[in-house]
Amino acid sequence: MDIDLLSTAYSILAVVAVGSALGVVFGRSPVASLLFMVSSLASIAGIFVILEAHFLAAIQVMVYAGAIMVLFLFVIMLLNLGHDYQQDLKGWAWSMVALFVSGGIGGVLVQRFLDLRGTGLSLGLGLPNGNALDRSIEELGALGVIAEPLYTTYVVPFEITGILLLVAIVGALVLAKRNVEGGGTVDGGAAGGEGGR
Amino acid sequence: MTLDFVSTLDYVWALLPEFILCAWGIVILLMGVSGKRNPASAGDAAAEMPSHDLGYLTLAGIVAAAVANGWLYGVTEVGSAGLVVVDQFRLFANWIFLLAAALAVLMSFTYVYRQRLQAGEYYALILFATAGTMFMAGARDLIVVFLGLEVMSISVYALTAFNRRDRRSAEAGLKYFILGAFSTGFFLYGLALVYGATGTTNVDAIGEAVRTGAAQETLLLFGIAFLAVGFAFKVGVVPFHMWTPDVYEGAPTPVTAYMAVAVKAAAFVAFFRVFLVGFLGAYAAWYPIVWWIAAVTMVVANILALAQFNVKRMLAYSSIAHAGYLMVALAAANDRASAGMLFYLLIYAIMNMGAFAVVVIVGRQGEESLEIDDYAGLGASNPMLAVFLTVFLLALAGFPGTAGFMGKIFLLQGAADSRLWVLSIVLVLMTVVSYYYYLRLAWYVWMRDARDPSRNGELFVPLPMRFALGAGAAALILLGVFPAATMDFAQTSVAAVSAFPEALASLIP
Repeated sequence: MDIDLLSTAYSILAVVAVGSALGVVFGRSPVASLLFMVSSLASIAGIFVILEAHFLAAIQVMVYAGAIMVLFLFVIMLLNLGHDYQQDLKGWAWSMVALFVSGGIGGVLVQRFLDLRGTGLSLGLGLPNGNALDRSIEELGALGVIAEPLYTTYVVPFEITGILLLVAIVGALVLAKRNVEGGGTVDGGAAGGEGGR
Repeated sequence: MTLDFVSTLDYVWALLPEFILCAWGIVILLMGVSGKRNPASAGDAAAEMPSHDLGYLTLAGIVAAAVANGWLYGVTEVGSAGLVVVDQFRLFANWIFLLAAALAVLMSFTYVYRQRLQAGEYYALILFATAGTMFMAGARDLIVVFLGLEVMSISVYALTAFNRRDRRSAEAGLKYFILGAFSTGFFLYGLALVYGATGTTNVDAIGEAVRTGAAQETLLLFGIAFLAVGFAFKVGVVPFHMWTPDVYEGAPTPVTAYMAVAVKAAAFVAFFRVFLVGFLGAYAAWYPIVWWIAAVTMVVANILALAQFNVKRMLAYSSIAHAGYLMVALAAANDRASAGMLFYLLIYAIMNMGAFAVVVIVGRQGEESLEIDDYAGLGASNPMLAVFLTVFLLALAGFPGTAGFMGKIFLLQGAADSRLWVLSIVLVLMTVVSYYYYLRLAWYVWMRDARDPSRNGELFVPLPMRFALGAGAAALILLGVFPAATMDFAQTSVAAVSAFPEALASLIP
């Protein structure tokens, strides 16, 4: 009974996540797309809860559905993109190509899933050492399971991420700073190399 | 010195060159904002004698990283569980990245000053991008490959759009950023699928899982396909080349040169390690894809290059064509082809940087005089520069006697070892086609009279640049005549990664 409840909840969340992801793509206005994205991210947070990754679920809600999406909404409002805009896909031919490719990939994955369903094998998505994970969650707590490898095994990617963020900040500042040295703004000095004079 | 990654402190030693570059980049950033700037004194008289201290400081950082890279030759590692690999393949690739970075900085000295770019951020981003390329080359974990790729890419996106007074630069930056972010999505999805298929992100462990058949086949194939798309975008091969001409044309020329060499080389080195170590067991699955990409890239890029009269665009298509030649080495998947790839990347770095350096000089340290007409009469007005340019062009074309010729010979030998006859024939035929557009530029330089004689004075070539151009041209001829020592070095460098079984050859139709 317990298992059934979980899988029902999973099915609902999965359908909502995929459905809202489609809504992001097909939404007419950017604001609608954005709200669909919030709903998609929230459902994924729910899936994390089912997987007993409570910390990830909280992070997912706070960082993605909360902070980042609010920033997105701000930018869209500030840029005044909230109204309808024209279709910019290059006609039906490209839509068909896109549909064909994504449908093909989805079809193969679904077929693979159906093949494996009767055999009792996993799709390869399950964790190979699920019991070990349970044990370490008991030992370290949900947070420790993430934090411990992050600062030991995966310390190199962690440090590189620091550099990556620094580079992104520097790049954004360089490109977004209003005043170019020597006077003149981006708009005023766009005429070429003479702008700074 | 022996490193065992059980102690995380050992990563500091294994990544010493990268850490030096990152730390130095931060120092340069701070110097850039703390230095005094007085726009009023930046007159034309000063423009001829700009202060290059930030540039020289950057060069010092690159030299320090090079010393650390040389020191790493004495270091060995235990096991293959670390996130970072210490082998000669990585160190050879690091030489290429450091060389490209040093030449790009040399090229930028006067350019940055004339274009009034923010020197501190500019040089720091070059250092960070170089660190990113080195992370990619040294990665034994797909996560590190991905993070290195992003550090490199984001630095280069910003550098592409760096010249904000130029609309083309901004457009190129935006275009590169959006398409690059898209390809990053492919790469990340592929990474996730490969993890799902094999349960690990360690490239060696993936190789083991693929070889023993423990990996889930469907997920693995999709993962390989998506990773290939991500890499193919970064190396710029057909059909993922669409961004290349516009971005190369719009970016500041030293950045274009850096992009064409370091970004491409890093993507190729990581491509080789992931596919030849991680996915060698699935060679039969990805071999046809790589074969077709190589063939189509060589044909399409060389034919499109014939129609280009803008020198930067011509060199952009030329760089796509060279990526096609290097894909032949990936399709061949043997150690001779891999050594050929390293050798070719090295000489490609020299000749491409050289050609772009001349473009910077002829453009009077700006984004002008980029049409082929502007090169008419260069041989009469600046004979030394014209000689250098001709050497670089002949090497790019693969003229006998230059290093470009030997590079192609080594690639062909690698292809022949795997019996890739059709690809070899395409490579040779397309090399002949490429002679036309390289030699057309040389013909304009030597045989045409200048369109506008008044513009055709002596061009200003800074002293370090003269030295670099001369050394580059000399190295190309030297390597063209005596390639053996460098090639042996490349051979020993790939020995660590090449576990190519003889049975592999039987997989090839």
